[in-house]
Amino acid sequence: MTLFGKLGWDSIPFDNPLPLIAFGAAAGGIAVLLFWVWRRGHLPYLWNDWVCSVDHKRVGVMYCLLALVMLLRGFSDAMLMRSQQTIAMGNDGWLPPHHYDQVFTAHGVIMIFFVAMPFMVGLMNFAVPLQLGVRDVAFPTLNSVSFWLTAAGALLINVSLVIGEFAKTGWVVYPPLSEIRYSPGVGVDYYLWGLQVAGVGTLLSGVNLVTTILKMRAPGMGYTRMPMFCWTSLATNLLIVAAFPILTATLAMLTLDRYLGFHFFTGEAGGNQMMFVNLIWAWGHPEVYILVLPAFGIFSEVVSTFSSKPLFGYRSMIAATMAICVLSFMVWLHHFFTMGAGADVNGAFGVATMIIAVPTGVKVFNWLFTMYGGRIRFTSPMLYAIGFVMTFVIGGMTGVLLAVPPADFVLHNSLFLVAHFHNIVIPAVLFGAFAGYTYWFPKAFGFRLDERWGKRAFWLWISGFYVAFMPLYVLGLMGMTRRMQHYDVPGWQPWLIAAAVGVVLIAGGIGCMIVQLYVSIRDRERLRDESGDPWDGRTLEWSTTSPPPVFNYAVLPDVSDEEAYWGMKHRAREQHHLSERPEYEAIEMPRNSPTGVVTAFFATLIGFSAVWHIWWLVILGGLGAWATFVVFAWRDEVEYEIPADEVEHRDRLRREGKAHLLDLPPEATA
Amino acid sequence: MSAPAADPAADPNELGREERPISERGPASRRIVVGYGFWVFLLSDFIMFSAFFASYAVLVGETAGGPKGAELFDLRYVAWETALLLLSSFACGLAGIALVARAEAWFQAAMLATGLLGFGFLAMEVLEFRHLIADGAGPGRSAFLSAFFALVGCHGLHVGVGLLWLGTMMAQVRAKGFREDIQRRVLCFALFWHALDIVWVGLFTVVYLFGAGAAVVGGGA
Repeated sequence: MTLFGKLGWDSIPFDNPLPLIAFGAAAGGIAVLLFWVWRRGHLPYLWNDWVCSVDHKRVGVMYCLLALVMLLRGFSDAMLMRSQQTIAMGNDGWLPPHHYDQVFTAHGVIMIFFVAMPFMVGLMNFAVPLQLGVRDVAFPTLNSVSFWLTAAGALLINVSLVIGEFAKTGWVVYPPLSEIRYSPGVGVDYYLWGLQVAGVGTLLSGVNLVTTILKMRAPGMGYTRMPMFCWTSLATNLLIVAAFPILTATLAMLTLDRYLGFHFFTGEAGGNQMMFVNLIWAWGHPEVYILVLPAFGIFSEVVSTFSSKPLFGYRSMIAATMAICVLSFMVWLHHFFTMGAGADVNGAFGVATMIIAVPTGVKVFNWLFTMYGGRIRFTSPMLYAIGFVMTFVIGGMTGVLLAVPPADFVLHNSLFLVAHFHNIVIPAVLFGAFAGYTYWFPKAFGFRLDERWGKRAFWLWISGFYVAFMPLYVLGLMGMTRRMQHYDVPGWQPWLIAAAVGVVLIAGGIGCMIVQLYVSIRDRERLRDESGDPWDGRTLEWSTTSPPPVFNYAVLPDVSDEEAYWGMKHRAREQHHLSERPEYEAIEMPRNSPTGVVTAFFATLIGFSAVWHIWWLVILGGLGAWATFVVFAWRDEVEYEIPADEVEHRDRLRREGKAHLLDLPPEATA
Repeated sequence: MSAPAADPAADPNELGREERPISERGPASRRIVVGYGFWVFLLSDFIMFSAFFASYAVLVGETAGGPKGAELFDLRYVAWETALLLLSSFACGLAGIALVARAEAWFQAAMLATGLLGFGFLAMEVLEFRHLIADGAGPGRSAFLSAFFALVGCHGLHVGVGLLWLGTMMAQVRAKGFREDIQRRVLCFALFWHALDIVWVGLFTVVYLFGAGAAVVGGGA
């Protein structure tokens, strides 16, 4: 079997039917979907206009789709864990220990890397160029490469369900448990290669968006006229550029330990395990803000739009965002106060951690004061925003509590901690993502999501959150540690049953979101957005049509206000006339290209064969990736032209929609 | 490396390039965007190196009874390596001048010199590694040697990838001439190649100079 390295028939876990069934169902579903697409003749459309698309809007949509699909996977793991802990009082429950270990590891990895990350990156990809008033990101093809590398990472992690196993180490794979001596299987290798591939994608997307925001803005859009979401995206992508290389290096070191007998973290020959913990959290804490800052930006847009008021304290919000951006690199040690660094070090990091709560508090007050005196519309994105503020404040307070080192010594590694970070990540990141998804959906597809099902989803999600996670605080205070496959304290079980009920409520919320999508597509004519501005928006993306043309703007907007589109609407109403009809010119747009998906194919090949030590295939994959690079670089035709007539036609439709929206006579568009 | 021309497509309305502050003049030209983006990427690469530097600094004293840097490093050998790499950067600079002068023969000659010097550096490094491993001072011997091989090897890997890129650029200029997008790529390659020099200067100092005078830094617990 040396041809296939360590891979053999015994790599497939026939003794453990659950992952096989899950994978079979997922693969079957995808096969049926592809069959349907093929029968309807949509396959060329799917390939040319989506898979190969370098349009930032489509790449953004695909990122969000990946996140939603992976949310189902990560949530299934959550249900497995809750059900196991509900019944495993004094017995072994229904999941054997080594399977349970894989489940909680996969839950963390998938939720952070393949739900939260792609959702946020997707929304940034979709909205940032539109909000900046430009036609695409700085490097469109690179953008497609980034997405497909992320998808390749997700694929590798999911392949581990049926071929081999996944890591049993927890989502940050601490050594020495993750070293080859204690984890001889391929689980940690899947983790390392999957995250390495996805991490490169994320890093490239960070480079891309930083360049876009700093170098490509519509005329007139100075830094203090950028929408808040662009500011938080800038901070996020700066953090990605500064933090993800640390992850790349750390994972590379662990890989060297496991594959080539290095001694970075082994605990033998001078290796230092605490160095791993320091390095991974030097990435990991900024990562928390990488996830949450875009959500803060989304909430800023949503709260301002649905309160029909400008964002309160715009400049203080910018200052708070950038303060968080810097401070997030100065608190990593609070993830392991118990390392034994001593009182002085712990004290310094504890204080630094509490200081981060200050700019975050500024933000909370800014959102509240934006709502104060506003004419609030309680749409589902706004409900998510309000639910977020209330819930997030609780999570923030327990965070400050954990920032006190003596308290942390008592509470660390307990369910109190698990409750705390879910109390941050669910209301902030997930609700932020859902708010952004609902808010920008009409912009992406030209029709709104059904509000009734959206509100049902919200109420189930938020009540489910409280029922599922408040008991975990109690359990943590009662002394229950995290990651327990079984326990023998009868007093814990009622709280765990309550938490399981919460998970059922959340499952209802997810069900409502699926129904919402179905109902909205079915009733799309009723939900059609003709004006391109369904929410009475204030930022530039609402000034173009829904969905926008591939070039976004026929002519780049000329920005003269903090709220660019609000100012335009205001002037049009006052003058009873839209802005002057411009001279239209032909527009050059980048050609679509399969470079991204082909690169990802070779990256998957490299990752998979490296996991199984199939070295000839690794080399073949590397050659393929380099050949792809050369073929891409050899292209002569990199752009295509959209003729001026076509541009003018599209813009006439847009102007008619705007005139109708603003109750202006048709001649106002002239 | 022509002067950054005002790109008319970037400012279709001619919205007063001069009287507005730079931040409000609309999207920058393609050349600036590409160069800027590549700088951002290089910064991220420096951060990755800094993680390897940090781990080296932590583990430099962890020799586990094995050899220390002072017993392993031959400064004269490394000085030759350094000379090759710095000269290759000089040659790369000449290639940049040839690009501005549109002198393809000079460009190809300078790039070839860059590549040969870089290859010579890499070959010396590989020989050093082989020598160390043969002497029982491989990366598995101690945490210090693990960190050493990873840090120096990471730089060497970058040089190797740079050589592949260099060859591709030579072929591209041969096949397609000094097209605008190809010029931008050569510019990025030059940035990359010089950046590797900067990393090497840090590496030469921290690993080899400090290491050879082990009394200064090494020999910790």
